[in-house]
Amino acid sequence: MALTGIEIYKYLPKTNCKKCGFPTCLAFAMKVAQKTVNITICTDLSAESRAALEAAGRPPIQLVTIGGDSKKIEVGNETVMFRHEKTFFHPTGFVYRLKDTTPVDSILQEVQAIAEYKVERVGRFLAMDGFAIENASNDAATFAKTVEAVKSKTDLPLILISKDPAAMEAALAKATPGKPLIYAANKDNWEKMADLAVKNKCPIAVTSSDGLSELATLAEQINKKGIEEIVLDPGARDFGTSLTTLTQIRRLALKKNFRPLGYPIITFPGEGAASVDLEAMLAGQQVAKYAGIVVLDHFSPAMVYPLLTMRLNIYTDPQKPIQVTPGIIQIGTPKPTSPVCVTTNFSLTYFAIAGELEAAGWASWLVVCDTEGLSVLTSWAAGKFDAEKIAKTIKNFKVADNVNHRNVVIPGHVAVLRGELEEELPDWKIMVGPREAVDVGGFLKQNWKN
Amino acid sequence: MPVVEIPVEKWNGQVHQVKLGGVGGRKELIVGGDNTLPFLKFEGTVPHRPAIAIEVLDYTPPNWAEPLVKAWGDVLKSPVAWAKKAAEYGANAIALRLRSAHPEEGNTGAEHAKRVVTDILGAVDLPVIVLGPEVAEKDNEVLVAASEAGRGQRLALGDCFDKNYRTIGATCLADGHVAIAKTPIDMNLAKQLNILLSDLGLTMDSILMDPTTGALGYGLEYTYSVMERLRITALMGDKMTAMPMICTVGEESWRQKESKASAGVPATWGDQEKRAIIWEKLTAMGLLNAGANIIVLRHPKTVEDVKVAINKLFA
Repeated sequence: MALTGIEIYKYLPKTNCKKCGFPTCLAFAMKVAQKTVNITICTDLSAESRAALEAAGRPPIQLVTIGGDSKKIEVGNETVMFRHEKTFFHPTGFVYRLKDTTPVDSILQEVQAIAEYKVERVGRFLAMDGFAIENASNDAATFAKTVEAVKSKTDLPLILISKDPAAMEAALAKATPGKPLIYAANKDNWEKMADLAVKNKCPIAVTSSDGLSELATLAEQINKKGIEEIVLDPGARDFGTSLTTLTQIRRLALKKNFRPLGYPIITFPGEGAASVDLEAMLAGQQVAKYAGIVVLDHFSPAMVYPLLTMRLNIYTDPQKPIQVTPGIIQIGTPKPTSPVCVTTNFSLTYFAIAGELEAAGWASWLVVCDTEGLSVLTSWAAGKFDAEKIAKTIKNFKVADNVNHRNVVIPGHVAVLRGELEEELPDWKIMVGPREAVDVGGFLKQNWKN
Repeated sequence: MPVVEIPVEKWNGQVHQVKLGGVGGRKELIVGGDNTLPFLKFEGTVPHRPAIAIEVLDYTPPNWAEPLVKAWGDVLKSPVAWAKKAAEYGANAIALRLRSAHPEEGNTGAEHAKRVVTDILGAVDLPVIVLGPEVAEKDNEVLVAASEAGRGQRLALGDCFDKNYRTIGATCLADGHVAIAKTPIDMNLAKQLNILLSDLGLTMDSILMDPTTGALGYGLEYTYSVMERLRITALMGDKMTAMPMICTVGEESWRQKESKASAGVPATWGDQEKRAIIWEKLTAMGLLNAGANIIVLRHPKTVEDVKVAINKLFA
């Protein structure tokens, strides 16, 4: 949690020596709080004060990285309870669980299919983030062999699941380097597991179903071994306990700056749900309500595509709306006779008009102008959606080459642009469409004669 | 051992309680009354679980997605049979959309609306929500007719927009119904319309608000955050944002390409029926966690699972 100037001032020598270039220690503290100067400029800062300031500057929820340099999962370092307060920073990692009791051939097929899976949405590719391998066989050699096989097939981050430190050690030998997550330390095995985490420089999950005090105790003990990267599993499995417990942990970290629980959380929705669909629903809830890593027990495109979309939605920065790539978007399978409609590249505007055209069954050419992510009226008011911009977009993307007519529909809210646009596009007939996207179907039905 | 003190939020405000039905043998549905964030019973009171309404149209939907047509079958041809089936599937209320009044969809009028509403009220004992075609003049025509047909039955009537709230609000007031105030994903506009409806004389327990639903992938995050902000403002004591919220999840989810397209989409989208149903379920889960008090759904399987989830969240 960021310290205020006054809080920083308490640690300073208070000599007003001016060596830092500021007239007083307080003035310096204020600048440090604004992050415009670095605390290390103060040469008289005691070692204890520096350590205390560093500790206080630690984020309330530790950032944890799983995996190697090329493919990694970064979770934690969240700063708010509600996305509208700022944004959620590190999207939930989706991991698929394999068991070492499954024949290696089938495991490798699954790994390949899931690792290759990617789906495009508003110009981004969404994909799964890693694999968890569970030592269901309870046999160390089988576990290690399975981990080795998976590792040979994918460079996605791994989570190793076993309660047995010997099996974990065997698996770690095959999984490192690559920073797998050790899952998990519990009250019986935590010392040995913590030693493995230290030795292999891996993050480690702690688990306890005996309440948050027990979990905090374990996390604190492990932290004292010098491990910073810890992931919490409070054992909350179903919809209700998950929401309650994860909310409480997030609040303790953010509002109380409660260090022992200031870590990201791992969940297993498949264990709290009686069907694949309920697993997806619980996973969806956990994306919104405070899971850092979600381990799925099922995978199918029909389940994962909606989940990845949910994550994209929730983790979109509310201050920077997603923009659609400008260009000609085909709605349905448009023909040369199909309507041409103009819109902006604010995602919500785009989705509204695209959705209405789709729903009304109008195959059409949707011309998306680059308005820097602003909606129709806002971008018009800001001068980013004018006749020149529209004309340029229509020419640059060669709209005329796709159609055998010269009719273009503009949003009703910018009806004033019609005259100017007729000058910019002398070959085209400018049609003023409805103000609201919802009316576009009716408008076309009445006015589109082709 | 570190002592964990669970931080508890103490709010001053409370969501208004709104009752539908409960007159003349009709089942009663009460929503709202929460004095904490959704489902957080460890720190507050959540007296009523969120309700599920099943959407019924007043005509055979001409272009519904195949999985919906398959799930409902022949009852799609009869609003009465459809509503009865919805009751069997466990709806807490029927949301009757008078879509055929839309100028593009048949342009039916007051007579038709009156008949359908009367038939549905006679066929099921659930509370009924009546929604217009969302064309201001037609809304006024058919919702006033619906209001008269259901006088005294404590229906919910919507939607009131800034353009036509006077007509709908006044008819709700005259016939003892609840008004649904719909605004386009905007906290200030939502509050303003609530104030305007209150100024007409509608009491706090006679207004629901519809913040406008963005489906998963189609603006869900905007709806989600506006709802969280409305709810937090309400809990902080603002009575004019404290109306229970209703979300038309089914309608929005099932109009998207992800739900409708059976062919010509990437293989990475997966099986249409499974995908479409999960799409509706996830939209519902997101908005329930953001504070929805009534969600209007379409697919029976969504109803079944959302019910399970609500019960578990409420346990």
